[in-house]
Amino acid sequence: MSEEFNDNKTIHAQSSETISGGGSSAAPDIDYVRPAEVEEQDLYHGHSFITKWVFCQDAKVIGVQYFLLATFTGIVGLILSWLMRLQLGFPGAAGFMTAEHYYQFVTMHGMIMVVYFLTALFLGGFGNYLIPLMVGARDMVFPYLNMVSFWMFFIAVGVLMASFFVPGGPTGAGWTLYPPQTILEGTPGSGAGILLMCGSLILFVAGFTMGGLNYLITILQARTRGMTLMRMPLTVWGIFTATVLAMLAFPALLVGALMMSLDKVLGTSFFMPTILKAGEVLEYGGGSPILFQHLFWFFGHPEVYIVALPAFGIVSDLISVHSRKNIFGYRMMVWAIVGIGALSFFVWAHHMYVSGMNPWFGFFFATTTLIIAVPTAMKVYNWILTLWRGNIRMNTVMLWCLGFIVTFVNGGITGIFLGNVSVDVPLSDTYFVIAHFHMVMGIAPLMVIMGAVYHWFPLVAGRFLDEKLGKWHFWTTFLGAYSIYFPMHYLGFIGVPRRYFEMYDSPYMTSAVGMNEFISLAAFLVGAAQFILIYNIIKTLKTGKRAGSNPWKACSLEWLTPSVPPEHGNWGDRLPVVHRWCYDYSVPGAKEDFITQTTPPSEVQNTGVEKT
Amino acid sequence: MSDPKIEGLELKPGFRGMAQDTGSDQTMFKGVHWGKAMMWIFLLSDTFIFSCFLISYMKGRGSTPVEWPNPSEVFALNAFGVPVPLLLIAIMTFVLITSSGTMALAVKYGYEKNRKMCGWLVLATALGGLTFVGMQAFEWSKLIHEGVRPWENPFGAPQFGSFFFMITGFHGTHVTFGVIFLFIYAYKVFAGHYDEGKRGWFTTMKGDYVEIEILGLYWHFVDLVWVFIFAFFYLW
Repeated sequence: MSEEFNDNKTIHAQSSETISGGGSSAAPDIDYVRPAEVEEQDLYHGHSFITKWVFCQDAKVIGVQYFLLATFTGIVGLILSWLMRLQLGFPGAAGFMTAEHYYQFVTMHGMIMVVYFLTALFLGGFGNYLIPLMVGARDMVFPYLNMVSFWMFFIAVGVLMASFFVPGGPTGAGWTLYPPQTILEGTPGSGAGILLMCGSLILFVAGFTMGGLNYLITILQARTRGMTLMRMPLTVWGIFTATVLAMLAFPALLVGALMMSLDKVLGTSFFMPTILKAGEVLEYGGGSPILFQHLFWFFGHPEVYIVALPAFGIVSDLISVHSRKNIFGYRMMVWAIVGIGALSFFVWAHHMYVSGMNPWFGFFFATTTLIIAVPTAMKVYNWILTLWRGNIRMNTVMLWCLGFIVTFVNGGITGIFLGNVSVDVPLSDTYFVIAHFHMVMGIAPLMVIMGAVYHWFPLVAGRFLDEKLGKWHFWTTFLGAYSIYFPMHYLGFIGVPRRYFEMYDSPYMTSAVGMNEFISLAAFLVGAAQFILIYNIIKTLKTGKRAGSNPWKACSLEWLTPSVPPEHGNWGDRLPVVHRWCYDYSVPGAKEDFITQTTPPSEVQNTGVEKT
Repeated sequence: MSDPKIEGLELKPGFRGMAQDTGSDQTMFKGVHWGKAMMWIFLLSDTFIFSCFLISYMKGRGSTPVEWPNPSEVFALNAFGVPVPLLLIAIMTFVLITSSGTMALAVKYGYEKNRKMCGWLVLATALGGLTFVGMQAFEWSKLIHEGVRPWENPFGAPQFGSFFFMITGFHGTHVTFGVIFLFIYAYKVFAGHYDEGKRGWFTTMKGDYVEIEILGLYWHFVDLVWVFIFAFFYLW
């Protein structure tokens, strides 16, 4: 305990100098915070149903809109995964399922889950709702642009979904869309399907850029008085860094999608080499398919962290609140987020080991990949040390957090396997890879999303979600997800290839068939369990226990609004003034086990944390 | 521009000042308008788009087995019966860079609240941009007339046409959007929207001459990108 004390004192010395340095002179008022630099933001208040709920400029409503639309696409992705598992576990059980359909479902499941579900939900959903509240702003800095961002996303989803209904159906090239096969006849959806996919991605990137600029400028330029970067909740840090990654990584996707469309429509050969088809030379020639892989993975790898970093940030906050302890090593957590973000731009070619590359490149990318494990492991240790000797509340939120740590460590360790060229080459394109990335960027972030929903639902709706249903939801999902993905490691080791419609008469049939049936049954169960949450939300919206203000006894600003749920403008008449970081839990000497960020030092004298 | 005055905080120069600003509350870039900060970050993102295009171009040029056309022959223009290499491109580049100069002057007069001068200079910039787009259209039609297509060309590697039309087209789209906004802003300057702080449609943002600078940032960026396209496409 004494060490914690000292730590706080050093922070005290540093930040008080930064905040009040220069200005105040004679009378040392310990509650002094510099006056506002920027004049108050005028807001456009909606006055009709359409301007309040449809074309709304309130970041909170936009956040909920993003959340609902992303959830809708997520359910589509879930249903596609059911259909895939039905085919894999019980070949031929669904009569309509052809190999073409299977590939289309694989492709759409992947793209939907990564881009239109996880990215949109974390950045669009949680980002919009939480950033202005957590940094003490009235709204996003460009509310109009923010609104357009959501509606671009809406159109992008519409275009994507339209591809299910065009002749030839959606593209079936795998979510990586590797040319040349993506746009060649014989690949399902090589006509309208791939064009709609590219168009939808371009629209998504354009819409996301508008939202992303809002998140960044709100965090950088619209914090409230006293809110320094190093007092922000880690949620905001995670979303901030992920947005920076997105702003720099999505351009590669945009360029790749554009060039692919031109190859298809105009017959250019950016990615198309000379191709012999049934003895006939096609019109294409001289392009480089590897170029697309580079563009795609220059986007694709940071994309992993675009999903993971907000999850890291959010889970840090949830763990801290529900174990009533400050987050262990806050600054290191921040630097780890930033470091992971920076490193994520130098690892992309580890997705391309089997494409063939100079061994030195493989060596370079294996090294950078393994270096990322260092800050990541640091974060895991810090989560565990935050829990250590904490006053842990074993509620649903905490369960999801613990589930996250377990699944994330599991997926992270298999990532170290796959980061090494010599291990990756035999394991590549087997179910081991499927198990790895579903554990690390599918299930783990999903656990955080669920935890975050149970945590912030009282803020959004003013009522608690039902704990009993929540625990059923958690245990079914957690145990079920493990039953799905843990056996897949074994399938990978015995060499079962991924993206195969069925195993035909291969030797895998005998050893893998029972396993595949088991995995499929677990997948049906886990998918169905998600509807417990939907039922829970619908039920508690009307009848749930009222939450009141700050039900979790949290320190961060989003719980300190004058009304719950917060209204447009968030803060009533006066913006909050921040005096400390958001992790002052269980401070010795304080009256309660939490000191909110707005508590001035004069109210908590003799605790050693007058200012943090 | 002089440093902004921030109450309660003494701004320091150099790295120490940067560290202090970063560590302080409220804003990271002291006294910087939200829209201006946004434009800088947007341009950073846009830089990555153009970098991806240009790197793809280098890769594509390197990997095609057919010989690359000689740009000084393809882009030559006959002047008085003599083929002059890069004549049109030189004029285009000159016009675009000049429009950057008028843009910079417009920003200066805008901050001096000189409505008339600012408006005329924004209009001049718009006309410069329009001239550029017009000359680009002429260049495209000339090349198309000579048989250059995105999928083939008579001079050599088909990727030449592909990359040329895609990259200059993408840049030209940027210029076109810039021109449209320059005309709108010229109207807004003359109408006095920035003097009276008129609010935008469906938003509560107040008009301010800083918007001229923000548009200027975009315009200078588009010019800078052109310099790179010029170097990589026409001089290499």
